[in-house]
Amino acid sequence: MEALLLQVLNGLDKGGAYALIALGLTLVFGTLGVVNFAHGAIFMLGAFVTVSVQNVLTISMRVKDESITFFDAYKETPYLEVWWGDVGRAIIDYAVPISILVAIPVMLLIGLAMERGLVRHFYKREHADQILVTFGLAIVLQEIVKANFGANPIPVPAPELVAGSADVGAMFGLHGVVYPWWRLLYLLFSALIIGAVFAFLHFTTFGMVVRAGMHDRETVGLLGINIERRFTIVFGIAAVVAGLAGVMYTPILPPDYHMGMDFLVLSFVVVVVGGMGSLPGAVAAGFLLGILQSFASMNEVKTILPGIDQIIIYLVAVVILLVRPRGLMGKD
Amino acid sequence: MTDDIKKFGTLSRRGFLKASMAGAAAAAAPTILIKNAHAFVNEPKGGNVMFGFNVPQTGAYADEGADELRAYRLAVKHLNGEGDGGLMTTMKPLSLKGNGVLGKKVAFTTGDTQTKSDAARASAKRMIEKDGAIMITGGSSSGVAVAVQSLCQEAGVIFMAGLTHSNDTTGKDKRKHGFRHFFNTEMTGAALGPVLEKEFGKDRVAYHLTADYTWGWSQEESIKKYTEALGWKTKAAVRTPLGAGDFSQYITPVLNSGADVLVLNHYGKDMVNSLTQAVQFGLRDKVVNGKQFQIVVPLFSRLMAQGAGDNIKGIFGSTNWNWSLEDEGSKAFVKSFGAEYGAPPSQAAHTCYVQALLYANACEMAGTFNPCGVIEALEGFKFDGMGNGPTEYRAEDHQCFKDVLVVRGNENPSSQFDLLKVVQIVPRAQVEYPASMLGGELGSCNA
Repeated sequence: MEALLLQVLNGLDKGGAYALIALGLTLVFGTLGVVNFAHGAIFMLGAFVTVSVQNVLTISMRVKDESITFFDAYKETPYLEVWWGDVGRAIIDYAVPISILVAIPVMLLIGLAMERGLVRHFYKREHADQILVTFGLAIVLQEIVKANFGANPIPVPAPELVAGSADVGAMFGLHGVVYPWWRLLYLLFSALIIGAVFAFLHFTTFGMVVRAGMHDRETVGLLGINIERRFTIVFGIAAVVAGLAGVMYTPILPPDYHMGMDFLVLSFVVVVVGGMGSLPGAVAAGFLLGILQSFASMNEVKTILPGIDQIIIYLVAVVILLVRPRGLMGKD
Repeated sequence: MTDDIKKFGTLSRRGFLKASMAGAAAAAAPTILIKNAHAFVNEPKGGNVMFGFNVPQTGAYADEGADELRAYRLAVKHLNGEGDGGLMTTMKPLSLKGNGVLGKKVAFTTGDTQTKSDAARASAKRMIEKDGAIMITGGSSSGVAVAVQSLCQEAGVIFMAGLTHSNDTTGKDKRKHGFRHFFNTEMTGAALGPVLEKEFGKDRVAYHLTADYTWGWSQEESIKKYTEALGWKTKAAVRTPLGAGDFSQYITPVLNSGADVLVLNHYGKDMVNSLTQAVQFGLRDKVVNGKQFQIVVPLFSRLMAQGAGDNIKGIFGSTNWNWSLEDEGSKAFVKSFGAEYGAPPSQAAHTCYVQALLYANACEMAGTFNPCGVIEALEGFKFDGMGNGPTEYRAEDHQCFKDVLVVRGNENPSSQFDLLKVVQIVPRAQVEYPASMLGGELGSCNA
C-alpha cells in the first residue's frame, strides 16, 4: 500500500510537469494551428531565467582562500551576503520563488517576440514547414544558452524551508511514506496553473472569444473581432505556462541546455494521447502517462516486463493511435 | 592503323576515366586505410607530433571532460619544457627531457565524445584521419573507452584511456594498442568491501541502482561479489538509463523495499542527481531493520562531491587519486595545476595527465613513435612519483596496478576543495587479481 501511494505521488508529480508543457503546446496548436517544436526550448528558457536570477543574486566578491597553501585559490562571497548578512542569504535562498515573478513578464515577451517575429509567417504553410522552422528555432535557442551558460547542468537549490521531506503517509494512517516537499509543491503549482488557464479561458470574455475562435475562427473574424491579436496573446500565455514549469522544475533537475528537447518528445506524446488541440485531454494524458511511467518502474512490473519503464509512454501512444487516432479527448 | 588509333582512343578515354576514378578514390580514402604507405600511421614528419585529446565536453560527464582537457593542456606545456614541469620533476624513471617528445614539439587536437560511443569514435576517427593524431587519449566513460580503444587498434594508433572504470576495458575488451592507468571495478570491490564490513557490519540488505551500460554492470557485479561474500543480501539491482535526470521513479521503490543500504552505481551528473534525489526522499534519515540507512557510491570524485554539496557528507566510496595526498608527486601536480587553474585537479585530470606523460616517456624509451615500439616500452613498465606510489603497467592486460584509495565525504571540510577524506590507502596486493580472471585477448600490434 505504501509503495503504491509513493508511485501514485511520483506519477502525479511527473505528470504535473508533462501536463504543464503539453497544455501550452496544445493551446498553441488549438488556436494557431501551429505544431510548435520550440515549445520544449521555452520550458528550458524558463529554467534558465531561474539560473540568471540566481547568478545575479550571487554576484560575488573574490576573497583569497587562506586554507589553501599549495596555490592561490579564491572564495567567492555574494555581495548580498556581505552587505545584508542573513537577509542577503535569505534572498539568495529564495531565488526560485523570486524567479517566478521575473519569469512571467520575461516569458510573455519571449512568447510574443517568437510569434510576431517568426511563427506568424508560417501560419498558412504546411505542418512540415512549421515543424522544421520551430525545430530550427529550438536548436538556435539551445545553442545560445549553451554558449552563455555552458553545457553542464547548473544546480539550483529549493529554499531551505522546503528542502526536506513531508510525512505524507501520516495523513493516510500509513507508516514510512515520505515525499520531498518541493515535489509536492510542484504538483500543487501545476494544479494551480492548470486551474488558472482553464478559469481564464472559461470565465473571461477574452477566453470566451479565444474558445470561439478555436471552434470557428472565420465566423469570429466576421464579427469584427481581431482574433489574430488574441491568438498572439495566447502564444504568449503558452510561453509563460511552459516557462513557469521550467522555473519550478530547476530544484528537481539541475537545468542544462538540452533539457527542453528531453521533455519535448514526451510532451508531444502527451498531446497526441490527449488529443491534438484538446486542453482537458493534454492535462489528463499528462497525469495518466506520468502515473503509468512511475508504475512501470516498479520492480514487480520490470521483473515481468524488463525495460517496460523506458517504452511505456510510447507503447500507450501506439495503442491510442491505432484504436483512437483522435486521442483520448480529441475531436473528429 | 585506324583500328589502332580507335583502340588507343577508346582505351585512352576509358583508361583516363579509370585512372581518374582510382585517383579520386585514393584521395578520398581515409589515411587509416592506406597506412602501409608510411612506416606507421601518422608518423610525424615535421617539427611537431600531434596528440588527440578525446574528452566529453557535453553530456553526463562533461565536468570530468573539462578537467581532463585542462590536465592535457598542462601536460603539453610541461612536455614542451614550459611551466614548472609538474610530475616530470618527480617521475622515476624518467626519459623525458622537456624538449617535446623525441625532439618534436607536442601539438594537440581535441574532440567531444559527448559521452556517446558513436560520437567518440567519430571524433577519434577525425583526429586520426584529418588531424594526424598519433595517439588518442581521454574519455570519461567505459562505453566510450571500449569503442575508441577498438577503433585505435584497427587504425594502428595508441589509445591511452582516460577515466574508464569498467573491468571490460582491460578485461574482455582489452586491445594491444590500449592502456589504462585508472583502476577498475574489481579493485573498487576488493578495496571497499572490508571497509564496508567494518563500518556497517555483515548483516545488511543492499539495493543497487545501476547505470545501464558496461561500467554500471561491471560496478554492480563487483560490489555484489564482494558484499555478498561478506554476508550482505542483494534485495534488487535496478538498471537506470544513462543521463536519466530524474531518478525519482527508481528511488521511490527503495523506500519500503526492506533494503538498508542503497548502492548508487552512477557517476558524474547521474550520481549527483540520484544522490541528491535519494537524500531529498529522506533515505539517509531512515532506520530500516533496526539500522541506520546508508548510501554507498563506489566510484567517487571530487567534482561529483562538489555538485552534490552537503549530500555526500559521510558517504563511502573509492577513488583513483585525491589531491589531498601528501606524496611528492601529488604535491607537485596539485601545485602546478592549482597555479594554472585556481583549483586542484580531479582524479580524471590526474589520470589523463599521467597517461599523456607515460605515453611520451614510452616514446623516448623506445626511441620511436612506432606504436609497436611504444607498446613494448609500456608493457611491464614500473614507475613511481606520479601520485599513486609504485605502479606497474601489467604486460598481460595493459592495466596499471597500484594502491587504491577508499574515501568518505568529508563531514568537516577545512577548505572549499576538501570534500573527500581518505579513509584508507588499500595496498596493491589486496586489489591485484590474475590477468586471466577478466578474460579477453590483447591481440597483436597493428602497425
